[in-house]
Amino acid sequence: MTTETNAKIEFTPERQVLAKEIIARYPEGKQKSALLPLLHLAQEQWGWTSPEVMDYVAGLLSIEPVEVYEVATFYTMFHLDPVGKHVIEYCRTGPCCLMGAEDVYAHLKQKLGIDAGQTTPDGKFTLKEVECLAACGMGPVFQIREQYYMHLTNQRVDEIIEELSK
Amino acid sequence: MGKKILLEHIDVPGIDTYDVYRKQGGYTAVEKALKTMTPDSVVEEVKKAGVRGRGGAGFPMGMKWSFLAKPEGVPRYLVCNADESEPGTFKDHYLMKHIPHLLIEGMIISSFALGANKSFIYVRGELMYVIRILEKAIAEAKAAGFLGKNIMGSGYDLELVVQPGGGAYICGEETALLESLEGKRGNPRNKPPFPAVKGLYQCPTVVNNVESISTTPWIVNNGGDAYAAIGIGRSTGTKLISASGHINKPGVYEIELGVSVEDFIYADEWCGGIRPGHKLKAVVAGGSSVPILPANLILNLANGDKRLMTYESLSDGGFATGTMLGSGGFIVMDETACVVRNTWNFSRFYHHESCGQCSPCREGTGWMEKVLHRIEHGHGSLHDIDLLVDVAKKIEGNTICPLGDAAAWPVGSAIRHFRDEFEWHIKHPVEATQPGAVYRGEMALV
Repeated sequence: MTTETNAKIEFTPERQVLAKEIIARYPEGKQKSALLPLLHLAQEQWGWTSPEVMDYVAGLLSIEPVEVYEVATFYTMFHLDPVGKHVIEYCRTGPCCLMGAEDVYAHLKQKLGIDAGQTTPDGKFTLKEVECLAACGMGPVFQIREQYYMHLTNQRVDEIIEELSK
Repeated sequence: MGKKILLEHIDVPGIDTYDVYRKQGGYTAVEKALKTMTPDSVVEEVKKAGVRGRGGAGFPMGMKWSFLAKPEGVPRYLVCNADESEPGTFKDHYLMKHIPHLLIEGMIISSFALGANKSFIYVRGELMYVIRILEKAIAEAKAAGFLGKNIMGSGYDLELVVQPGGGAYICGEETALLESLEGKRGNPRNKPPFPAVKGLYQCPTVVNNVESISTTPWIVNNGGDAYAAIGIGRSTGTKLISASGHINKPGVYEIELGVSVEDFIYADEWCGGIRPGHKLKAVVAGGSSVPILPANLILNLANGDKRLMTYESLSDGGFATGTMLGSGGFIVMDETACVVRNTWNFSRFYHHESCGQCSPCREGTGWMEKVLHRIEHGHGSLHDIDLLVDVAKKIEGNTICPLGDAAAWPVGSAIRHFRDEFEWHIKHPVEATQPGAVYRGEMALV
């Protein structure tokens, strides 16, 4: 969950290969285009994008660290603080709310005992409010990593949390 | 049943795989274009088709293509805008997830027409699972010889790259998208120069929506005239509508442009009517940024004629009595929906998504959110309503990109058509802030 400050920051060998492939996708001299893909790759490995991780990514692309910081802080998907094992990103936008999302999320918060932006004391769950996830006809909806959970009800939320708590 | 162009084979099992897609006639348009047509003749067909940008702006795609600068020795780029983030819109998500090869085929045809040898599909980062679906489809198409060097011996080379976004609505604006694709913050660029002259890496670039590009295989196979024969007037072809809210059958529907709004809402083929025991109060017809209309005005024009699902009919009456087709994000509200709360919710969205580059948008969206929050939470004053109108007007037209307009329109239109509801919130704060409280005053429900 957290990055050991004394541990060497480096992609796994498989991700190093993948990172090279990604950088090679762009025209010569335009390797900075690989920044968002590499930040996603980094978050996949470390769970969040710490300053050390951002510096590492800057090194891979031969750009200044500040060029990574300004990007990572602009886009909402990158976690700038350590997060729990499961980050639940729930959509708070209009169409989901029309389908009763606010009540379902109140239940979700109560069940986990935390508010948006917080992590459960056991480090298992982090709640994050996000805007529209492009699944409005299937709302309420939340996302955990790459998985979308749709048509949420209080009961469905209970089932998902119990499943992930195992 | 209306004509299906994009979703014709959507129910065929395994249509997300190359083999099944191919068996249904997939990639025949690539064969036809690369073997029997010139790039310019593909552009001509798309122009004849009259297909208009399906991302929301509605600008004719063929005309946009014809603006592309073609200086010698400079690469040109096609970038597909798959950053679908407009609240109420989920059609591109649906299309790419279920029938990814349609977009890949469209990308090959469109890239060929524009003379691009490297093209990008910029997908919102939240849809990482869709990115993996597209990457698999690209690998399959490449293995089948439809991508790579010298495609089918035509001498044409093409490489497709799928690029993830990072969670920013603004990157759906084409110049912000290009900035993002260059690895920067998604700040929209000043225009001119337009992307057609200086786009990605300062090279001539076309940016098109997923749905727009996905029309090209059908247009190549059947001809632009056949496409233009569908629909009404300048609203040619079919349109994917993302239907959400208080209807019996939310989902993505392909309609022939020209269906009446009433049929779209009530017919079993589409939304299947308002959920049992409830009545239609309002509709946001084209994604969160377009003006909200009350039931009577969404169903009928000001002159009493039926309103149709076309660019022209939806905007008939201007903003006084009309709205826009936009991205086709069709959000339906019954009498349990609170227009004030929904407007506050949308304002929060635009405040959150403003890139912060232009003061009117950066400050104005936050101001509107704050004022709407206090009205919704029982602390508003009557003066706040005029204040909101004033702030919205001062954002509109005063920003580099259309996000400012997109933030202003929902507020202006909600007050225009539901002023009584705002006043009720302000005059009856105790009643209005009860859980689930909704204005039940005089209004036309259908």
